Amino acid sequence: MAERASWSLGSALRGIFGARTIDEDTWDDLEAALITADFGPAVTEEIVAQIRSQVERFKTTDPRDVQRMLREVVEERLAKYDPTLKLTERPAVVLVVGVNGVGKTTTIGKFARFLRTFDRSVVVGAADTFRAAAVDQLATWAERAGVGIVRPEREGQDPASVAFQTVERAKRDGTEIVIIDTAGRLHTKGGLMDELGKIKRVVEKQAPISEVLLVLDATTGQNGLAQAEAFLEHGGVTGLVLTKLDGSAKGGFVLAVQEKTGLPIKLIGQGEGIGDLTGFTPHVFAQKLVG
Amino acid sequence: MATFGTLSDRLSETFKQLRTKGKLSAADVDGTVREIRRALLDADVALDVVKAFTATVRERALGDEVNKALNPAQQVVQIVNEELVGILGGQQRRLQFAKNPPTVIMLAGLQGAGKTTLAGKLAKHLVKEGHTPLLVASDLQRPNAVNQLQVVGSQAGVPVFAPEPGNGVGDPVKVAKAGVEQARRALHDVVIIDTAGRLGVDAELMKQAANIRKATDPDEVLFVIDAMIGQDAVATAKAFQEGVDFTGVVLSKLDGDSKGGAALSVASVTGRPIIFASTGEGLDDFEPFHPDRMASRILDLGDILTLIEQAQQAFDEEEALKVAEKLAKEQFTLEDFLQQMQQLRGAGSIKKMLGMLPGAGGMKQQLENFDEREIVRTEAIIQSMTPAERQNPKLLNGSRRLRIARGSGMTVTDVNSLVQRFEQAAKMMKTVARGGMPQIPGMGPIPGAGFGGGGASARKAKGKKKSGGSRSGNPAKRAAENAAIAQGGPVPGGAAPTGAGFGLGGGAAKGGQAGPSEEELAALQKLLGR
Repeated sequence: MAERASWSLGSALRGIFGARTIDEDTWDDLEAALITADFGPAVTEEIVAQIRSQVERFKTTDPRDVQRMLREVVEERLAKYDPTLKLTERPAVVLVVGVNGVGKTTTIGKFARFLRTFDRSVVVGAADTFRAAAVDQLATWAERAGVGIVRPEREGQDPASVAFQTVERAKRDGTEIVIIDTAGRLHTKGGLMDELGKIKRVVEKQAPISEVLLVLDATTGQNGLAQAEAFLEHGGVTGLVLTKLDGSAKGGFVLAVQEKTGLPIKLIGQGEGIGDLTGFTPHVFAQKLVG
Repeated sequence: MATFGTLSDRLSETFKQLRTKGKLSAADVDGTVREIRRALLDADVALDVVKAFTATVRERALGDEVNKALNPAQQVVQIVNEELVGILGGQQRRLQFAKNPPTVIMLAGLQGAGKTTLAGKLAKHLVKEGHTPLLVASDLQRPNAVNQLQVVGSQAGVPVFAPEPGNGVGDPVKVAKAGVEQARRALHDVVIIDTAGRLGVDAELMKQAANIRKATDPDEVLFVIDAMIGQDAVATAKAFQEGVDFTGVVLSKLDGDSKGGAALSVASVTGRPIIFASTGEGLDDFEPFHPDRMASRILDLGDILTLIEQAQQAFDEEEALKVAEKLAKEQFTLEDFLQQMQQLRGAGSIKKMLGMLPGAGGMKQQLENFDEREIVRTEAIIQSMTPAERQNPKLLNGSRRLRIARGSGMTVTDVNSLVQRFEQAAKMMKTVARGGMPQIPGMGPIPGAGFGGGGASARKAKGKKKSGGSRSGNPAKRAAENAAIAQGGPVPGGAAPTGAGFGLGGGAAKGGQAGPSEEELAALQKLLGR
């Protein structure tokens, strides 16, 4: 595989940190690097201003201090929220939501496997009854992860009823964790967002929902914020999953998303392999991002 | 993004500070350009593209082009729009079909960009145009992508060539090649090859895509990109351009609320045209790409631009020149008066037009009070006159006035007051046209921006009236306004709540041939007898 680490800002920042001293170029370059990483103009300005004032306060001229400060600032901002998944209920119901094509189904496959490695019993519910062949795609992942799947009884079945049946089965079989796949929906489609609310309500008749995970694609730009806000409002999202970090996108917008919505990042996906999903640790993330 | 407000709003703020200035200084331009830069970044346009773009705008804005114009702020907006449309639509084109069928179309893009769905949409679109497409399932990577294509194909009523089950089994290059062969045998005139999603950094998969391209020699390679993509658009687009050298771009998921700055980045970095836009999950949600719509979506300037356009069309310069000439010759008649009024109406509903002006919020109440039907009524009265009467209002004796009142469905009093107001206005205009400052008791300074914006042009007009070449074209209205104020009545309501809306209204409208500004409206209203 091509360089896995290209995700890091490292190359963009090398010029800065390798320089001899801190001057105006440093700030321009830093700003450029952050914007290129999708941090967005507002957050970028804040971070640059913050580091600038620190540099003035400590009267340093060593660019390597800037690197350290950047790492700390990013880590500090990321660490404000608790990334722990809360799956103590039995059954713990996890609803996975997001816009089209962000990798919900793939994430579920990987997440199921992730939970299996901790020896939890898992069942997945194929409540994406809209997209062609989505059920089959999930079935393939379920098989790879070695977990059970509840399929819709007929084509185009109401997704809420599939979700309901999945939880019902989990309760009957004593399965510990239920993961429900939902159809991708753009956050601007009122009707589809209402459908999400319905799925939630119906499931809650069976068991409380432990987590609603919003899957965000790292290649997304500033629109990620609008997505998170809409899904938070209609779907009661409790955490974020950042996917496709194996590409060249840095997903800097999650910082703004976290801060604007208060939603913590809980999982990150970095590939199409079944093992390519990990928990989120601010320290590691900042380390990798800044280098 | 609701949190930052639209660029229209922010530019309004910037323009507000410009209202007393006739020309843009370098600092003004920088302020405007900074806002544009910020807005472009918020819209996810790639940083390099933003830099190049704003540099061009700045250069043009500081050039002669702008300084000669009457309203530089508007001009800046226009430059921005022209540049945007230029990049987005410079090379708009349709699909190119092969001389010898089958035409081979290959789809490529990141995971989740919407390739498979697009394959179905494109197929359906082609069927509608009378083609017989064949879908080829070369995405053997993603679980059940082959199934999905089959379902999409059956929805579109198009056959699918899928010899391999997918899920990692089979060679996509062979499948693609066999697909083209199959099409040739079965006489399909278009082949659409769906390929697996791949990351720009994944050299191995990129090589596979290049191999598919080599094996099938497609007439079009369409790069499908998600409209929501951020700064990575450039890296991805470049990688795909190097990898498979696509010939056109399809923008997907445009039905969301992203600004779609990626379109600008990709078009600008690769120079490849955007051919289609995909706007929903249904197979019919697919349309050719419209550069102008995209431009206004990215920068959210639609309203200002529509206004500039409308105003320019309605108030053409020649007419304004004629009026100025007439004024100089003291021949301003009711006919000219009517014509001016009709021009105003030609600009579309005045209320609507004012509503479009950014910053018009402050004058909402004003707008509510303004009754457009007044113009219609005045029109009716004037149109009930004979041409001779219009040329020479002195002809209007009692019986004529009664006839006119009947003809227009108004009362004689209405006719009287119109004539009176017209005469006062005409008198005032003559004074102004002669170069004199009308002596108006109790006028004091013209309220608000009267002198800042419009007033300046009035003064200018006064200075070189004989040339008639002044673009202000406004002296008539200007004088009318003075007349209205001169009537001694309470200063038109417009003067009271001026403030924010005022400057802007004037700012956008003072361009000589632009729409009516607030004070003009107020004056007009006054003139009409209310």
